[in-house]
Amino acid sequence: MTALCLNVEDLHVVYDVGSTALGRRRRLHAVNGVSLAIPPGETLGLVGESGSGKSTTGLAILRLIEPASGSVRLGNTDVAGASRQEIRKLRRRMQIVFQDPFSSLNPSMTIQTLLEEPLLIHTDMPASERRAMVGKTLEAVGLHPGYAVRYPHEFSGGQRQRVAIARAMIVRPEFVVLDEPVSALDVSTQSQILNLLKTIQTESGTAFLLVAHDLAVVRLMSPNVAVMYLGEIVETGPSARVYDQPAHPYSAALISAVPFPDPQRQRGDRIILRGDLPNPMAPPSGCRFRTRCPFAMDVCTAEVPLPVPIEGGGTASCHLHTHGPRLGGQSLRPLIHTRRMQMV
Amino acid sequence: MAFTNDAALLEVNDLVVQFPSPNGWLTVVDKVSFSVGRNDIVCVVGESGSGKSVTMQAAVGLVQPKGGRVTSGSVHFEGQELIGMGNRQLNRIRGNAIGFIFQEPMSSLNPAYTVGEQIAEVVRRHRGASRRDAWKRAVEMLDRVNIASAASRAHDYPHQFSGGMRQRVMIAMAIACDPKLLIADEPTTSLDVTIQSLILELIRELQRESGMSVLFITHDLGVVADIARSVVVMYGAQVVESASVEDLFRAPKHPYTGGLLEAMPQVALERGHDPVAIPGTVAQAHAWPSGCRFNPRCVFRQDGVCTTAPIVLSRDDHGLVRCARSSELRGVLAGMGIRQLGSAA
Repeated sequence: MTALCLNVEDLHVVYDVGSTALGRRRRLHAVNGVSLAIPPGETLGLVGESGSGKSTTGLAILRLIEPASGSVRLGNTDVAGASRQEIRKLRRRMQIVFQDPFSSLNPSMTIQTLLEEPLLIHTDMPASERRAMVGKTLEAVGLHPGYAVRYPHEFSGGQRQRVAIARAMIVRPEFVVLDEPVSALDVSTQSQILNLLKTIQTESGTAFLLVAHDLAVVRLMSPNVAVMYLGEIVETGPSARVYDQPAHPYSAALISAVPFPDPQRQRGDRIILRGDLPNPMAPPSGCRFRTRCPFAMDVCTAEVPLPVPIEGGGTASCHLHTHGPRLGGQSLRPLIHTRRMQMV
Repeated sequence: MAFTNDAALLEVNDLVVQFPSPNGWLTVVDKVSFSVGRNDIVCVVGESGSGKSVTMQAAVGLVQPKGGRVTSGSVHFEGQELIGMGNRQLNRIRGNAIGFIFQEPMSSLNPAYTVGEQIAEVVRRHRGASRRDAWKRAVEMLDRVNIASAASRAHDYPHQFSGGMRQRVMIAMAIACDPKLLIADEPTTSLDVTIQSLILELIRELQRESGMSVLFITHDLGVVADIARSVVVMYGAQVVESASVEDLFRAPKHPYTGGLLEAMPQVALERGHDPVAIPGTVAQAHAWPSGCRFNPRCVFRQDGVCTTAPIVLSRDDHGLVRCARSSELRGVLAGMGIRQLGSAA
C-alpha cells in the first residue's frame, strides 16, 4: 500500500450548544465517526448539504476546531494528538482556502504582505527571496506579479480567490482543504479557478480535500468522493461511479437536484426530497436519512445501516442493499426509474 | 416571448439607470428592453454587475431610495407607466398586483412578528380585509405553499423556520393578493440544491394554477433551463441576447451565452473534457470596454469590428442578439448548444 498523505479515522466533532433548563449540557454531534484517506497529489471530494458536517470535517482535520476524538495523520505525523506548538509548525504543511475571498483576505494588507506573511511565519527566507517567491506564486495563479502592490478591494472575486489560493500554496503544503472554493464566484470565472487548481496540483503534488455541494464539480476535480449526511459518510467511491451509478438514495437525490442546463432534460429521474435536514440535536433512529428517503422501509427505523461494498468501487450505508429490493451493491438507478414509472 | 408583445403584462423600454460614484454617475442599466407576456415565465440571467437586479428594482421604483436614478426609458405594467409614478400609487401595486421574493428570506421578514401576522398585514393593507379574514387567508396561503400544519405554524416567528421554509413563507406573502406578476430575484441562491428544486417546483406549480406571470432573476443557467419559457441574457448593463428557452440552449447566438454553457461542469462532463473557462473578469460599470462590452473576453473578437463602435441589438426569427459577428458566427455558436450532447433523453 502506498503511503497516504492524509488518513482520518473515526473523527468525531461535538459542539456544546448551551444547556437545558435543568442544567444538562446540550450537545450537537456535528461529525460522527468520519474516516477518509487521501494519497499524495490526489483530490478527495466531500459533498453534502449545508449542515451535513462537511466543512466541520475539513476544519477539524486542520485542528481549526478541536475534534472530540478520532485520529488524523498527515504523512507520519499525528495531527489530532499534536500540541498547540506542534500545530503551529504543522500549519506549513496543511492549509485551507475558504469559500468567500471577500472575507478571507485582510483588506488593509497589500497582496505582497498577504503572501509574505505565511513565509515570515513558517520560513527563514531572506526578504529578497520572499519577494521573488511572491512574484513566482502570483504568476503560478495567473496574476501579474506587478499586482503585489495592490489591495484586495482592487480585485474581482475570481482574482481574490487566486490570491487566497496563492497564500495557501506559497508555503508548499502537502495538504489543502478547499472549502467550496468556487461557489461565491461569478459563474464565468468558476471554471477558471477549477482548472487553475488542477494545474497547480499537477505541478505541486499537493493533496486536496474539496468540500463542495455540487457533485458535478467534484466529479470533474477528484477521482474519489465521499457523500455526507447529518454528520456521517453515507457513500464513498470513485466519483465517476457515484455520479453515474449512485448506490445511496441521498447521493442520487443530490445529483438529480442540480438542474441540468437543458430545458428538454428536466425532472426526468429526479428524486425530490421532502422536508429539510432533521434537527441534528436529535437525529432520527436507525438510518439518519430515513425521514426524507423516498424508499424508506421498516428496517430503516430500527437498524443503523452498515457500509456495503458497491460494484465499481466504494461503499454505501443503505438497507436497500440487504433488505427490500436487495440491491446487493448494485446501482440505485433501476430502482429510481421503476419508482418514476409507477408514479406516472 | 421576451421580445415585443402587444398584449404584454410588463413592458420595459430603453430603461437607463445610474448610480453615483466618486467619478460621477455610472450607468448600470443601459437601454434595457424586454417584456413579460401574460401567463409567462421570463428569466433574466446574468452575473454580478450585469444590471439584472437593478433593472427589476428600477422598474418598480426601488432604486431612488438607494441613491440611484432612472434617467430615461419606460416601464409599462398593464398599460400603466410605472416610471415617475408616486410612491403612494406604487405602494398600491407593489405587494398587490406585483409580488416579490428575494434571495435572503430572513432579511425580508420582520423577526418581531409571527409569519401569520406578516402575511395577514399584506392582505389587510391591500384588500382591506378584516383581521379575521386576513388571518384565514394567511393560513390558507401557508398551506398553499406546503407548510405542514399551517394553522399552528402561522403563530411561529421567522427564526423558527429553516431557510427553505422561510422562502416558502415569502412566497406565501408574495402571492397572498393574487398578483398578476411575481418578481423573484435569485430566490434559491442561498438555499441547498435539494431545497432549491422544491422551491422551483412550487413556483412552477403556482404559476400554472394561477396564470400569473413570473419574472425570475438568476445567474444559474441550470435554473433557467428548469423554469424559464423565455430568457433575457444580460452582460455589462445591456441585454446581449433574448430568445425562447429552447432556442437559447439549442443554439446560443451570443458568444457570452455559448461561453457560459461551455464553462458549466455538467456540460463539460457530458462532453468528456475540462470546462472551457471564459477568460478575464466581468466588465465593470466604471470601465466599460469600447465597442462590444464582452470583447476583451471573447474568443471571436475581431479588432475594429468588435472594439470600436457600440454594437446594436439585432433581431432575427428567433430572438435578439447584440453581436457584430452574429451572422457569420451562427454555425460555430450553434455548435456550443446543448443539442450537440450525446444523450438527448
